[in-house]
Amino acid sequence: MSKLGNLGARLHRGEISYDFIGHRKLWYGISILITITAIVGLAVRGLNMGIDFQGGAVFTTEKTSVSVSQAEEYAKSASGHDAVVQKLGNGTLRIQIAGMDIKQSNQIKDDLAADFKADPETITAELVGPSWGEQIASKAWQGLAIFMVLVVIYLAIAFEWRMAIAALVALIHDITITVGIYALVGFEVTPGTVIGLLTILGYSLYDTVVVFDSLKEQTKDLTKQTRFTYSEIANRSINGTLVRSINTTVVALLPVAGLLFIGGGFLGAGTLNDISLSLFVGLAAGAYSSIFIATPLVADLKEREPQIKALKKRVLAKRAQASAEEAPAPHRGDDIYGDEPEDAEAAVVGPRNQPASRGRGRGRPSGKRR
Amino acid sequence: MAAPKKGRSASAQSKPGRSLVLILIAIVGLTAGMFASGHTTPRLGIDLAGGTSITLKAKSDQGSAINKANMDTAVEIMNRRVNGLGVSEAEVQTQGNDNIIVNIPKGTNSEKAREQVGTTAKLYFRPVLAQEATGSAAASPSASSSASPSGSSSASPSPSASASGTGEKATSSSSPSASATSQGRAVTDALKADSTPSASAGASSSASPSASASGGAAVTADDAALQAKYAALDCSKESVRASAGDGVKPADATVACGEIDKVWYKYLLGPAAVDGTEVDKAQAIFDTQGAAGWQVNMTFTKQGGKKFADITGKLAQNTQPQNEFGIVLDGNVVSSPYVSSSITGGQAQISGSFEQEEAQGLANMLSYGALPLSFEEQSVTTVTAALGGDQLHAGLLAGAIGLLLVVIYLVAYYRGLAMIALASLLVSAALTYVLMALLGPAIGFALNLPAVCGAIVAIGITADSFIVYFERVRDEIREGRTLRPAVERAWPRARRTILVSDFVSFLAAAVLFIVTVGKVQGFAFTLGLTTVLDVVVVFFFTKPLMTLIARRKFFASGHKWSGLDPKSLGAQPPLRRTRRPGGPAAGPVETKEA
Repeated sequence: MSKLGNLGARLHRGEISYDFIGHRKLWYGISILITITAIVGLAVRGLNMGIDFQGGAVFTTEKTSVSVSQAEEYAKSASGHDAVVQKLGNGTLRIQIAGMDIKQSNQIKDDLAADFKADPETITAELVGPSWGEQIASKAWQGLAIFMVLVVIYLAIAFEWRMAIAALVALIHDITITVGIYALVGFEVTPGTVIGLLTILGYSLYDTVVVFDSLKEQTKDLTKQTRFTYSEIANRSINGTLVRSINTTVVALLPVAGLLFIGGGFLGAGTLNDISLSLFVGLAAGAYSSIFIATPLVADLKEREPQIKALKKRVLAKRAQASAEEAPAPHRGDDIYGDEPEDAEAAVVGPRNQPASRGRGRGRPSGKRR
Repeated sequence: MAAPKKGRSASAQSKPGRSLVLILIAIVGLTAGMFASGHTTPRLGIDLAGGTSITLKAKSDQGSAINKANMDTAVEIMNRRVNGLGVSEAEVQTQGNDNIIVNIPKGTNSEKAREQVGTTAKLYFRPVLAQEATGSAAASPSASSSASPSGSSSASPSPSASASGTGEKATSSSSPSASATSQGRAVTDALKADSTPSASAGASSSASPSASASGGAAVTADDAALQAKYAALDCSKESVRASAGDGVKPADATVACGEIDKVWYKYLLGPAAVDGTEVDKAQAIFDTQGAAGWQVNMTFTKQGGKKFADITGKLAQNTQPQNEFGIVLDGNVVSSPYVSSSITGGQAQISGSFEQEEAQGLANMLSYGALPLSFEEQSVTTVTAALGGDQLHAGLLAGAIGLLLVVIYLVAYYRGLAMIALASLLVSAALTYVLMALLGPAIGFALNLPAVCGAIVAIGITADSFIVYFERVRDEIREGRTLRPAVERAWPRARRTILVSDFVSFLAAAVLFIVTVGKVQGFAFTLGLTTVLDVVVVFFFTKPLMTLIARRKFFASGHKWSGLDPKSLGAQPPLRRTRRPGGPAAGPVETKEA
């Protein structure tokens, strides 16, 4: 345990850190690659929509002794789609299969009749409309759009517009990846999938907001100091919340992984699998994007601001001066954390807003910059 | 984030016990309520528990065509009606060209649902040409209650109809009406009990100054065939009632039955003046100022408002009963308010001696009643769960295993602190379960499989709050604080983070709940509920528990297993304090490894 605990402590003190911001181009690149793959997959393969979205055929059998799960298998092998089978009160079965037209449904009807050892005449086939997809899903999209607008406004007020934009980009990134996986793997999209996707939205933003909250706190008095650039502080705040990010992601993913592997593994593909897969991919993407995409993006946007630009100039100038006076420091540029101990000797740590009086200026490494 | 003042931790320490007791009482109370109500498990959606399936077939004898657009509109309206608040997980979909299947989860009042989807068909406002009670007709309709729409402009607390004892009208408004249409007028007058507002004869008389009633909307009352039909109509027979208005186009005059205070009346009605689709919305409200009691407020669409102004303008010049219009639903008159003046502005109230339920029912019909087609019930049958119990069981099993993994992880990482996290998770889970069980009977809340999965993910969101707080506390300890101040100092900042991120979650839930219908709405409700509970649990359980635990020696002294061991957290040595025994000795050892 103490290894992780130590890691937390050292991340906290900035002794070790990963330069997320410095390597942002790499992560942007990876994300763009994944996104392109997802979009291509979506364009080429399209989504495999379930009966609720594209309609399909409903078969009603005569009173039968075939069990529901058996009928599910028959229907799946006859049609190649997942089927929803319900037993009706009078002992007949209602079998719903997505994406059938009349021709196909007649074929399947015959197949089913053979499986059921029944006369095809006793099975009625009717097409059902995509009522869920057309009405409820369109409303869900509408709700999503309204939510995005509101959340951008909220984040712009609570934080600032750059963060709002970055959070939105991260959100869209997560949705794209999740949808792309669905297209590529060919899982059927059910109402459960959509609900899983909506859950991800909330979670992805939640995650991003936690990181931004720490970022905002640490950059409060940014321009009053000349030791760190915005990017460096952003990087530190990612590292500072890294342990939390890892922990919460693990805690969120474990139950979902349970659903996915145990539930899906025992039962084969089913609704449970569909939902948990979209959740799994989305949660992982959400954690990834808040660290590797959203925060670096904020830093990028911020660095364009004149104030922040000026700050960076001042910081670099000061460093150049310092290194001219002393021995050349091993690290330069963005990778500030190499010279952390040397910096730490300095008395004032700018971005801190905690009362630091007790630890300040006592000539010891101050670990208090959070 | 005002840093806590020095004295604060002392004063805050008197509170934690209180919050803990409070939340304990809440849990016990809710659980007791759950057992008292007899609903100890959450109601399950149709995918998990099965339910009732109703097949409705569109009737082709109506004016509008059975086409996809009309069917889709019908599905949407039925969805709204059958889902009520939107959490009952009922499914409505089209089947074939002219069928609609409505699946209602087990435990819903399926009779009521059938009424809602089955009988709610076409809605029209038609002028009343003649009206007469059937059955024990001549008997004085003692308490008839026709309602009176008064324009929103007319502030008078309404000439709301109250019954007069006898049929003979004594009010000024009725006397001129003696010269109205030839047929059935005598009887009509005898029945016009609804129009003698005992309290406000003056109001109604002022409204009907124009004596001759024959004009206006009384257009086709002379149609002989219709007259004959009207004369033959016996509304006391149910079979007759059901078919009275069948097959009539909105533009034709018709006959219909309507029940007012347990007495059936027959009506001769003019062509539809306003279509039900032209009602934008209707609401039942309780008139607290006037004594009108429950009334229904209607808002018309722009076009509907114009038409309504026209028809009320014409009707107001007539006398009883021709100053009434019938609200005709599925061929039956559900209400026949009279009009005292032209109602412009697109808003109107219907007042009368409504019970709350009647008013709400009427408002519902007015709001959602305007199905573009009419339907008849074809079959009602029970259905088994769409997914089968094995999915639920596998889901719950997987959830339990996942939870166990979470526990193992938390214990491995947070040691003693994990106990607080687990206790909080348990409290959160208990509250969620109890509330869901209680909301089943209360608002028809039903849980489907996606929502179960959502609840499992909510474990992560709830745990996130603790982790944010714990990490803050540990950071404070790393900076050399002892546990008590660390717990208090970490809280304001953790609190803000938790609130900001939960607000985002809640915003998502609220928007989805308001905008969407059906399953997505049910999901949004679950999400909102768990988010609110997260805040409640963190504020009233986790934080107080941390405060309490900070006093325990096991945690305060940073025991190796407490999860708050300054040494293994890599705390800075305290500067000049000696409060933390043993702390400084090994503290900084690792500091130099990087």
